[in-house]
Amino acid sequence: MSSTPTWVQLIYLACAVCFILALKGLSSPKHARAGNLLGAVGAIVAVVTVFFAADINHLVPILIAIAVGTVIGVIGARKVLMTQMPQLVALFNGVGGLAAAVVALLELSDRVGHGGEPKFDLAMTAFTILVGTVSFAGSMLTFAKLQELMTSRPVLFPGLPVLFGLAIIGALALAVFVVTDPMVWIGIALGIVGLALGVLLVLPVGGADVPIVISLLNAFTGLTVAAGGYVLGNTVLLVGGTLVGASGTILTKLMAAAMGRSVVNIMFGALKGGSTLGAGTVSDRPVRSAGPEDIAILLEYASKVIVVPGYGLAVAQAQHTLRELVDVLTARGVAVDYAIHPVAGRMPGHMNVLLAEAQVPYEQLKEMDDINSQFKQTDVVLVVGANDVVNPAAKTTPGAPIYGMPILNADEANQIVFLKRSMRPGFAGIENELLFDPKTTLLFGDAKDSLGKLLNAVKAL
Amino acid sequence: MSEPMVWLTIFVLSIFVGIEVISKVSTTLHTPLMSGANAIHGIILVGAILVTGFAHNTGQLIFGLIAVVLASINMVGGFVVTDRMLQMFTRRKPRAKELTHE
Repeated sequence: MSSTPTWVQLIYLACAVCFILALKGLSSPKHARAGNLLGAVGAIVAVVTVFFAADINHLVPILIAIAVGTVIGVIGARKVLMTQMPQLVALFNGVGGLAAAVVALLELSDRVGHGGEPKFDLAMTAFTILVGTVSFAGSMLTFAKLQELMTSRPVLFPGLPVLFGLAIIGALALAVFVVTDPMVWIGIALGIVGLALGVLLVLPVGGADVPIVISLLNAFTGLTVAAGGYVLGNTVLLVGGTLVGASGTILTKLMAAAMGRSVVNIMFGALKGGSTLGAGTVSDRPVRSAGPEDIAILLEYASKVIVVPGYGLAVAQAQHTLRELVDVLTARGVAVDYAIHPVAGRMPGHMNVLLAEAQVPYEQLKEMDDINSQFKQTDVVLVVGANDVVNPAAKTTPGAPIYGMPILNADEANQIVFLKRSMRPGFAGIENELLFDPKTTLLFGDAKDSLGKLLNAVKAL
Repeated sequence: MSEPMVWLTIFVLSIFVGIEVISKVSTTLHTPLMSGANAIHGIILVGAILVTGFAHNTGQLIFGLIAVVLASINMVGGFVVTDRMLQMFTRRKPRAKELTHE
């Protein structure tokens, strides 16, 4: 730290302030975009400064590597569909964690053989390697789950808790070796155990809880960056990493609270027993389904309708058709509102982003707490591509994976209409009792297709 | 004050600042905030540049460059994708007005 010139320290301090203001800005809608830009400016200044602060060799390859990473990052960020946002955040977090682990490994390889290394530095190096690789492997697995490259359901096998315990013991033992007898291959072995730990940690987590895990791994990566900052003697890494570690931990807790769950329950709930596994099979119980014309009549003669949009709507790109339908109904004197559940979509706040993309007017979007009392006076609830957020099991079935999650009280309305592709359970993997309610009517099909037919049927009335 | 104590002080204070700045955030912004925080830890790029810049052999150089690429993806991609999400929130109001004129 003392070897770094004062002017560099001052610039790093300014960058750290940028990061604090960026997080502050990102937590209010008004300043969010400015906050993010300020964070980017701070990061760019910090990166440029490092080239002047130290005698960096291999300048050309480094600049090429930055250019390559930038191009990949920008293309990824621009091309991704808004529905795939959670996966991309997981991917970016994962590569960041791996980068931190590689940096720590290189630092270790540089220090072995010199002897007399401060033990605390070595401990921080071991921490960075371990947590960085856990974050990387865990993030890749969450990516695979969200991208549906693998099942999004909890994956459990009999020896999993034992294997998990062994991996933790192995990791701790290797970490101790790194501190007492630093050698590169021990560091590499630690990284490999870290990868295994990351996989074992995320395997038992079910689909709907995956975003919370991404947030937690995000906080992990923050802490590895902070530890890396200590090892390298760089304040901007220390402050930036710690900020993300702390704010990420709080964000994880807030997101879990929005789902009425505890973080411990999300991470380890499935290990305790089959209770969070859900059903997964398609029920053959009878349901009442109807054609678009019948449902059009239902909507047309209603005086109050609430639309509950879900991920299925966004995937089908049916937002515009839905808005058109709502416009027609509104023009005929039907009062229509959208009810937005905090965790609708794949991540808390995801649905707001998706509907904003479709330019649904902000004023029509009602948050759960504001609209929940209105369902009793509602004639028809139109559930489009949502399932878990209206599932009464959250209130009535203690063993259900979503038990305790606040839900939209769609069951209190006079009529419930579900637009569904099939009887397959929702993201959380549990059956919805509401589908079998006598007040419920189902319209099967792709959301865009069904909404289009519904729109034509309403227009024809 | 000894150097480790300075580091510890910065660390502890940063934790409190990190908790404090986002303790009151609406669910609407959870996704962009997570993504924005994600971009900030891409600052590991500075560390990746440092270790690569001091690489003593080809192996260190290659792994260093890999870390630089990964960290750049994390940082640049993170900020760009967060901005893309937030753009939609800011464009909303004027667009809503336009629609009422239609």
